[in-house]
Amino acid sequence: MRSLPTLSVNEPGKPTGLAGESLKHESAHKHVSGEAQYVDDIPTPASVLHAYAGFSTVARGIVKSMDLSAVAAAPGVVDVLTLHDVPGHKDIGPVFPGDPLFLQQGDEVQFHGQVLFAVAATSYEAARKAARLATVKYQPLEGDITIEQGLENQSFVRPKHVQARGDVAKAVANAEHYASGELHIGGQEHLYLEGQVSLATPTEDGGIFLNTSTQNPTEAQKLVAEVLDIPMSLVVVDTRRMGGGFGGKETSGNHWSCIAALFAQRNKRPVKLRLARSDDMNSTGKRHHFLSRYEVGFDAQGRIQGLDLELSGGCGMSPDLSDAIVDRAMFHSDNAYFLPAAKITGHRVKTNTVSNVAFRGFGGPQGVLAIEEVVERIARLLGKDVLSIRKANFYTAEQGRDTTHYGQKIENHIIPGLVARLEETSDYWNRRKAINAFNASSPYLKKGLALTPVKFGISFTATHLNQAGALIHIYTDGSIHLNHGGTEMGQGLFTKVAQIVASEFQVDVSRIVCSATRTDKVPNTSPTAASSGSDLNGMAARNAAVIIKERLIAFAAKQYDVSQGDVTFDNNQVAIGDRRVDFSEFVQQAYLNRISLSAAGYYSTPKIYYNREESTGRPFFYFANGAAVSEVLIDTLTGEYKVQRVDICHDVGTSLNPAVDIGQIEGAFIQGMGWLTTEELVWGDDGRLQTISPASYKIPAIGDTPPEFNVELLPDSPNVEATIFHSKAVGEPPFMLATSVWCALRDAVSSLSDYRVCPELDAPATPERVLRACEKIILANKGRSASCPG
Amino acid sequence: MGAVRFLLNDQWQEITSIDPKKSVLDYLRENLNLVGTKEGCASGDCGACTVVVGTVGTNQSMQYKAINSCITQVVTLHGKQLITVEHLRQDGDLHPVQQALVDNHGSQCGFCTPGFVMSIFAMSKDEEALFEEIRQDELPNKDAQREEVLEALSGNLCRCTGYRPIIDAALGIKKQARKAKTNDCFARKQAKTVAELNAISSQPVFFEYTRNGNRKRYFSPTSVAELAEILSAYPNARLVAGGTDLSLEFTQALKGVDVLVYLGRVAEMCRLTESDNHIEIGAAVTYSEARDTLVGYYPDMGELIDRLGSRQVRNQGTIGGNIGNASPIGDMPPVLLALGASVVLRRGAQQRELPLERFFIDYKQTALRECEFIERIRVPKPVDNQIFRVYKISKRIEDDISATCAAFSVFINDNTVDDIRTGFGGMAAVPKSAKNAEEILRGGQWHRDAIEKAQQALSNDFSPLSDFRASAEYRMRVSQNLFMRFYLESQQGADIVRVTQHA
Repeated sequence: MRSLPTLSVNEPGKPTGLAGESLKHESAHKHVSGEAQYVDDIPTPASVLHAYAGFSTVARGIVKSMDLSAVAAAPGVVDVLTLHDVPGHKDIGPVFPGDPLFLQQGDEVQFHGQVLFAVAATSYEAARKAARLATVKYQPLEGDITIEQGLENQSFVRPKHVQARGDVAKAVANAEHYASGELHIGGQEHLYLEGQVSLATPTEDGGIFLNTSTQNPTEAQKLVAEVLDIPMSLVVVDTRRMGGGFGGKETSGNHWSCIAALFAQRNKRPVKLRLARSDDMNSTGKRHHFLSRYEVGFDAQGRIQGLDLELSGGCGMSPDLSDAIVDRAMFHSDNAYFLPAAKITGHRVKTNTVSNVAFRGFGGPQGVLAIEEVVERIARLLGKDVLSIRKANFYTAEQGRDTTHYGQKIENHIIPGLVARLEETSDYWNRRKAINAFNASSPYLKKGLALTPVKFGISFTATHLNQAGALIHIYTDGSIHLNHGGTEMGQGLFTKVAQIVASEFQVDVSRIVCSATRTDKVPNTSPTAASSGSDLNGMAARNAAVIIKERLIAFAAKQYDVSQGDVTFDNNQVAIGDRRVDFSEFVQQAYLNRISLSAAGYYSTPKIYYNREESTGRPFFYFANGAAVSEVLIDTLTGEYKVQRVDICHDVGTSLNPAVDIGQIEGAFIQGMGWLTTEELVWGDDGRLQTISPASYKIPAIGDTPPEFNVELLPDSPNVEATIFHSKAVGEPPFMLATSVWCALRDAVSSLSDYRVCPELDAPATPERVLRACEKIILANKGRSASCPG
Repeated sequence: MGAVRFLLNDQWQEITSIDPKKSVLDYLRENLNLVGTKEGCASGDCGACTVVVGTVGTNQSMQYKAINSCITQVVTLHGKQLITVEHLRQDGDLHPVQQALVDNHGSQCGFCTPGFVMSIFAMSKDEEALFEEIRQDELPNKDAQREEVLEALSGNLCRCTGYRPIIDAALGIKKQARKAKTNDCFARKQAKTVAELNAISSQPVFFEYTRNGNRKRYFSPTSVAELAEILSAYPNARLVAGGTDLSLEFTQALKGVDVLVYLGRVAEMCRLTESDNHIEIGAAVTYSEARDTLVGYYPDMGELIDRLGSRQVRNQGTIGGNIGNASPIGDMPPVLLALGASVVLRRGAQQRELPLERFFIDYKQTALRECEFIERIRVPKPVDNQIFRVYKISKRIEDDISATCAAFSVFINDNTVDDIRTGFGGMAAVPKSAKNAEEILRGGQWHRDAIEKAQQALSNDFSPLSDFRASAEYRMRVSQNLFMRFYLESQQGADIVRVTQHA
């Protein structure tokens, strides 16, 4: 055998791109040059067919007849699919049934935009045009469109669930003060820039190779197999990247994948289905809107004694993931506040609107918003500063004020210190004074300021999803191929996991290629969701690396007769006793000595458990924390506003990649700000969604980014739990930092009452709602001055 | 006759027949397999499809503009240079604009990124042009530079980053462009590009396209006389200048077009001229082209125009189109009503001038007769005692359609209202003046009490509708309050009462 060449010079420095470095996104150079390939960019053979769906035009009704002859006869049409053409499962509900693939005569349409049938044609435009040619007759039925209508008719997609601690009625009754209230919280369209798209190619075994933009390749694989009635092993799903996901590609892509696969199987041709933006916005689910109603008892210091909170989530027409989403809203209805006695009731309201789905935060933001409104109301009623009341209610280690209403003990009290730090760095109290002075002298423009915290539980609350797999191959030239179950939707997961593997092997990250997520490489994966991507897949990849490393160390020790402790990986080399050898050279040697250079890694999150019957346990491995201060300016003549300054301090543990983490925080914040300000979903009385274009549904534009936008990662705060390099999840938690914008708008409105009134301002706080809230107070002021002259 | 010829970067493209409605985006992706340019919405609202179009400017240098390729017909590229994200690499290296986005972590999912790259690229080319004109000590301050960046990128939506790193990247590029003249491949090849574009025929273009037995025709006349002739022969022809509205019929309603006539090469209609008392705006003049002249006379129009659509839309859209489609929510008609503008219409050899308020008949109905078209718009120049303001109210400040747009023009002598003209959008089936409110103020004292009466009178002028943009109540209330804002702003040394202007 060849002998190992001993390197004379010990190269200085560390390998490049290890965990902790602000490495560029692995695709950045491809993004900017247009070379990054999305599903619609994949070259297709001339035989490719374009599929499209035919949609219902009523919100609720019985299909009396469906005549598709004009569809079939349209130019370019090759095939038409209806329910009875489906060989396998006809319902694609991801957890519970309720999402039929197509409808047939006699079936009930449950929302405007529901898929009735599908068509495949030789061009995209031909398919879209043909899909509009169906003649469908309905027997219309009265539908529920609003949450209130659903509640009134006791219409639910799943039974209600209650999380309770203590005797709430007694706690509320015995408290010094009492308040009640109601708040409407709007939903949110994902508006990923890349719409839903799937490309299904038939394989020689009667299977399907599916390229699709999904956060959940395994579920797409399972549903395609079930619908086609073939084993999962014949379906391969490949997802290189998504042009944005945000939860909108966790379940919402399955329908289109199944239709493309059905056509591909029948016609033995590749089939692509890409939704036009308006159909994407009309026929795929959104963030749940919520109605919050509560009674609260509190003491003179503003500390909550008992909270009876009813959260009613508008789920749309089917369960989808709504059970878990409403649960997460309930889990987060404490936000950062101790609730000595609490009864949190979660309703899953059914309406005749599109079935709502996962969206960044997964119900958490709605729970947080609900409790923040309660805390603000308490402060206004007591005439106290809202931040002081927030702080008075924080969880602390003292007096047993450290356990959530579902029994999880807060072991690490990060928020009080983090908030104190932010008060300092944002100059909160001086600005508070300056704003009060400004408002006193400015008759029409008013400023508002708010500091809000967020504590967000990390783990899927469906415990079994907290597992992940990874696959690492080292090739004989020392290059490393990495694959894991997580999907890349822009969040930088592939970058982070590659950094983790580079750190394990102590090699330059440029050696590592992170390939498309594929169900034939890593099987049975969980969706990339719940902020868990790097926690789970990073650990699984590390595990795979450790397995290979152990083999390599054992080989080196045996081969060169050193102890295993004398073998270390260091700066693209392996040190074996006093020898140093290049990583690639060493790998070559291992191969020649028949050492396996490939390994599958696995991880499952420890410590977590939850008893839903009792609603107690430890559903979350840990909490991610943060806080934000927002300053706004409103115009009391028009309700228009600007966010002028934002300061954020956020806890990501020990950051895997500070640049990526800051990008997640800034992006989540602005997306959350959109949810609470300009992003308004409007349904007509007929149940038709009216905001189905970026012309009518307004996500933040570049000018909405605050001119002063300071983001700090909480320093020196490693995760106390043994997460990957003691980092923390970052995808969702910062979304809720935007609560501070909504609270600052309310603060500005409240200034009109000299801060004595808690404004009636639902979310989203559009200019129209802000003006209405202002005028309500202005009118009350006029009434008061009229009744007390002089 | 003949073909549409344009430069795809430095390669000739010749189209002898194509469906006239085919968008630049579809042409790139479907015909040329250039898939770097993305479709986000196919309605000009997200900017993912942004490309840059170069034309030869008056000084024989190239001028570059960002446009939405999804709502631009490829046939309108005749005589122009089309640059897409694929063409930016410099001998294999990233273009400085691309590198700046990488260095600032300006992409996450990357789908909007090619569009941002192209918008920033166009902005950097504008900066280069300024480099020649402006002395280095005249650099705008940091806040002003940021405002310019926001204005240039207002039509590009990003759902991932929150924009901060993109703003930083663009500011860096701006700084760079002002410091030293860039020498990218486009600058190096400029003379050749100009020569090649100048060599393209300036003759009218016409072709037919037949598919499934349907014959479609495309005309690109170069004079008003030719246009008038084509319209007489094809009274149902669709006119397109910017295409920002018509294109939605193609991409959203999936309609076709039998005869399409492009106005962007009709010399008389692309002209903006001034007479003693008027600004004369050809109907095919874009917002971007008209902006500086209009803002020079009416500074308050600046905020409106900068918020009207996006940079891409303003580079394509025309004031003539905004009037011609007679939408009740267009932003220019209220302004032009308040300024007492008129339109010059033409049919065959006949011309007539009509005050704008008589042009709008009913919802999407105009006074245009068969074969008649808008040739130009005549806007009176301001007079000394005139105060003009326009306010746009929308959910989002940038690139949003108005819930209400209100324009006011008052002529005051000795605190007496000599005359007042208003224009409102979003308040009725057509853009309309508030005649009752005007009547109350005309001849009276310019005083808060009178304004309050005018506010009340507005409810006699308008019965607005409720829709997803705003409720009827809000539209009315905010219109009344805008009357008050106008009054407050008309006072000497008035406090700032707009959030958009408050530092």
